[in-house]
Amino acid sequence: MNITLQVWKQEGPDRAGRFATYQVDDIEPEMSFLEMLDILNERLVSQGDDPISFDHDCREGICGTCGVMIDGQAHGPQLGTATCQLHMRKFRDGDTITVEPWRAAGFPIVRDLVVDRTSFDRIIEAGGYITVDTGAAPDANLIPVPKDVAETAFDAAACIGCGACVAACPNGAANLFTAAKINHLNLLPQGQAERWARTEAMVEVMEEYFGSCTNHGECEKACPKEISIDFIAWMNRDYVKAKVKNRRLMGQKA
Amino acid sequence: MTINLDPRVPAGPLADKWENHKFSMRLVNPANKRKFKIIVVGTGLAGASAAASLGELGYEVEVFTFHDSPRRAHSIAAQGGINAAKNYHNDGDSVYRLFYDTIKGGDYRSREANVHRLAELSLNIIDQATAQGVPFAREYGGLLDNRSFGGAQVSRTFYARGQTGQQLLLGAYQALMRQVDRGSVKLHTRTEMLDLVVKDGRAVGIVTRDLVNGAISRHSGHAVVLATGGYANVFFLSTNAKASNATAIWRAHRRGAAFANPAFTQIHPTCIPASDEFQSKLTLMSESLRNDGRIWVPKRAGDNRPPNDIPMAERDYFLERMYPAFGNLVPRDVASRAAKRMVDAGHGVGPLQNGVYLDFANAIDRLGRNTIAERYDNLFQMYERITDEDPYQVPMRIYPAPHYTMGGLWVDYNLMTTIPGLYALGEANFSDHGANRLGASALMQGLADGYFVLPYTIGDYLAEYLNTDPVPTSHEAFGEVEAGVRERVSGYLNTNGTRTVDWFHRELGKIMLEHCGMARTESGLDKALAEIPALHEEFKADVRVLGESESFNQSLERAGRVDDFFELAQVMCLDAKNREESCGGHFREEYQTPEGEALRRDNEFAYVAAWDWTGDPGSPELIKEPLEFENVKLSTRSYK
Ligand SMILES: Cc1cc2nc3c(=O)[nH]c(=O)nc-3n(C[C@H](O)[C@H](O)[C@H](O)COP(=O)(O)OP(=O)(O)OC[C@H]3O[C@@H](n4cnc5c(N)ncnc54)[C@H](O)[C@@H]3O)c2cc1C
Ligand code: FES
Repeated sequence: MNITLQVWKQEGPDRAGRFATYQVDDIEPEMSFLEMLDILNERLVSQGDDPISFDHDCREGICGTCGVMIDGQAHGPQLGTATCQLHMRKFRDGDTITVEPWRAAGFPIVRDLVVDRTSFDRIIEAGGYITVDTGAAPDANLIPVPKDVAETAFDAAACIGCGACVAACPNGAANLFTAAKINHLNLLPQGQAERWARTEAMVEVMEEYFGSCTNHGECEKACPKEISIDFIAWMNRDYVKAKVKNRRLMGQKA
Repeated sequence: MTINLDPRVPAGPLADKWENHKFSMRLVNPANKRKFKIIVVGTGLAGASAAASLGELGYEVEVFTFHDSPRRAHSIAAQGGINAAKNYHNDGDSVYRLFYDTIKGGDYRSREANVHRLAELSLNIIDQATAQGVPFAREYGGLLDNRSFGGAQVSRTFYARGQTGQQLLLGAYQALMRQVDRGSVKLHTRTEMLDLVVKDGRAVGIVTRDLVNGAISRHSGHAVVLATGGYANVFFLSTNAKASNATAIWRAHRRGAAFANPAFTQIHPTCIPASDEFQSKLTLMSESLRNDGRIWVPKRAGDNRPPNDIPMAERDYFLERMYPAFGNLVPRDVASRAAKRMVDAGHGVGPLQNGVYLDFANAIDRLGRNTIAERYDNLFQMYERITDEDPYQVPMRIYPAPHYTMGGLWVDYNLMTTIPGLYALGEANFSDHGANRLGASALMQGLADGYFVLPYTIGDYLAEYLNTDPVPTSHEAFGEVEAGVRERVSGYLNTNGTRTVDWFHRELGKIMLEHCGMARTESGLDKALAEIPALHEEFKADVRVLGESESFNQSLERAGRVDDFFELAQVMCLDAKNREESCGGHFREEYQTPEGEALRRDNEFAYVAAWDWTGDPGSPELIKEPLEFENVKLSTRSYK
């Protein structure tokens, strides 16, 4: 296959960016999209040209390190797929493909296609955990968790923190990410003690970095783990409750 | 100076050693803990759990990762599960059985005391993770579910769909972020440790490079903990994440930390075969698939009919045939070699005839598609994305690939390396797995090390240094190391050669896979030992790294890692050559039984081979730690 790439090049956060055009010939359909970029980079370095910086690590859709906009879609055309799992067979010979970094105020550009997602760590730091010091845990089977509850918590916990939801959102909102993290813990019996404090703190840190959600639903479509936007509704419900709850009376029936 | 390999195994009966040791170690009282600064490198399961636990205890912790977030460490990719001797299923499991299986699975090349402690701590790990909110699989009654895994006849593997590593790492990462929020842990992301600082024979700090702006900086502490993962990427093509590398442990080795059993590497039987030369990494298909999938090849060599057209009678279910007791669940090394033999004999399947089938048709008939989907759907989807084939319809194609490294920095019972004050945790150390690691045991070991071993043992070392300050970073010991780091970095940029870093890495990988992979011979290893230094010289003279050091520069990052792989590769080959026996993942063709099974030579080789740096990667000094077995009887592993 022969492909034309238009790739965003930007030397640093404060530098001006631009699109550069590359002709990539002799690509096999079995190659992954990132292997295609590897080959282009090998060729660029051999010619003495600056290679394209892009983030990646596991190359199997679980670490959440990779992620670019491909023809305007976060992680490209295939649903439920991270950039590293995308293969060239999804494109046609002769295609021109546009590749850009995640674009969001909460994710400043580091270089070319690489962005800074540490704002996600800040949201976790605010309360995305269950307080249990090492050694303080009771036997794991002491608290049964109904299978359905465990499965739903898992659906939320499947989030890989790649940031595609933010990149796809016209407002640059991080509600799907934050909702996934909050619901993973809020749904489990182990997460109840800190439920309200967690929700309040995480949502408020999210708002410091990211835009507001206006229910476009683009995030769900872009998510490589197909996390449902229902979680956003549940997060909003918990946030409202957190605001009105008298926490000193917690544990009593409402 | 010959180093001291005292394993410091506590006295007493096996089952009491850890208890007794905890009591006899010195403690640091809570108010004094904040006077100690500990550097932790790595935020995988081992590093994140250690840093979080040390922070909880009140130590001042600084943690480093080259990733952009702690959650991205390679541990995230573990699929299958984590072992623990909970015996929730009443099927005869016990701490002793897990201990025994692990020693046996490791082909009797690990320390009894360490392995027993690991089995004991496995219980606490599951409790800890569950309390953190790790969503392990559950049964309808709401209690935890288990499955069986290679090398065991009981169901003791806890799992979280196909993402056990991600869920456990999220638990550890969240615990870590809680400490970051509390201020007890300071987190440095996108920061790579490039060297270790040793003063008066003790580890006192590290020198790092900020991967975003290239800044080189010094960090000092009372102790340094390396939890930097394994080195399977020396083979270029492996199941490891692309950035996994050996630089941290290799640099520590060059500063005096002995490197143990470097040749003990694991080739995982169930990976997707390479599809061509451009392949950038190999994808693992979880071993748990062997619970329900049956492995076979066509009986007739070169039979290239589509798999579903080959009648039952013309299929060779070779693992079930050769190992009737364990069948498809034999340990990894055994399964890998059997697959290699089949492919070498011309029975390989797929376009490049480089795989064997892993077939779910029987399981789907027996259990229904839904049950199979519930167990493996995400793995099936992963497979389909890569190969464009649907495993519900046609059998998967699999082939062994480098996956895990049992070798690593030598550590004593306290997880301290041969450099006082330097600890190694998780895959970065050599302990516990001997010559072969059983499935679902790496997660267990990383978390045992980080949550439950180091937080106790480190106090025993620190107690001696109460009311002493860390060595100031202005000290010349730091200056010298920093100068060396700067020289190395600018060296790559100034070489101005013609070949890319990846080209060299790929070539090195080919040599290693050919001569130091699944089967090794003396003549092959000699060949590798001639080719590797030559290629390394070429690398030094001809590598091309563009750009500058004061900015984000991914080729520059890789250059240093590959440079270190060249040196490590030589010690791996030397170790493989020295070990004139076959055991676990180390198979020397000269040493096999008439049936082609591994032939161990306990009289000569029941020892840990620790290599000490001499300044020349081609001639390190070998030091032996004899292994004593007081509880288990060394026997030939039999899975028939
Ligand atoms: C595909 C796959 C599946 C697996 N499945 C299983 C399984 O089901 N069960 C099981 O038990 N095991 C499994 N394993 C093995 C297991 O995942 C690993 O052995 C284990 O997670 C290693 O953890 P770790 O904490 O030691 O290192 P890692 O998770 O590799 O973490 C290394 C950390 O060190 C940091 N680091 C490294 N070098 C430097 C440096 N120089 N400077 C700064 N930071 C540095 C990295 O950024 C990272 O944070 C699997 C492995 C693979 C490859
Ligand atoms: S590289 Fe890990 S998710 Fe894509």
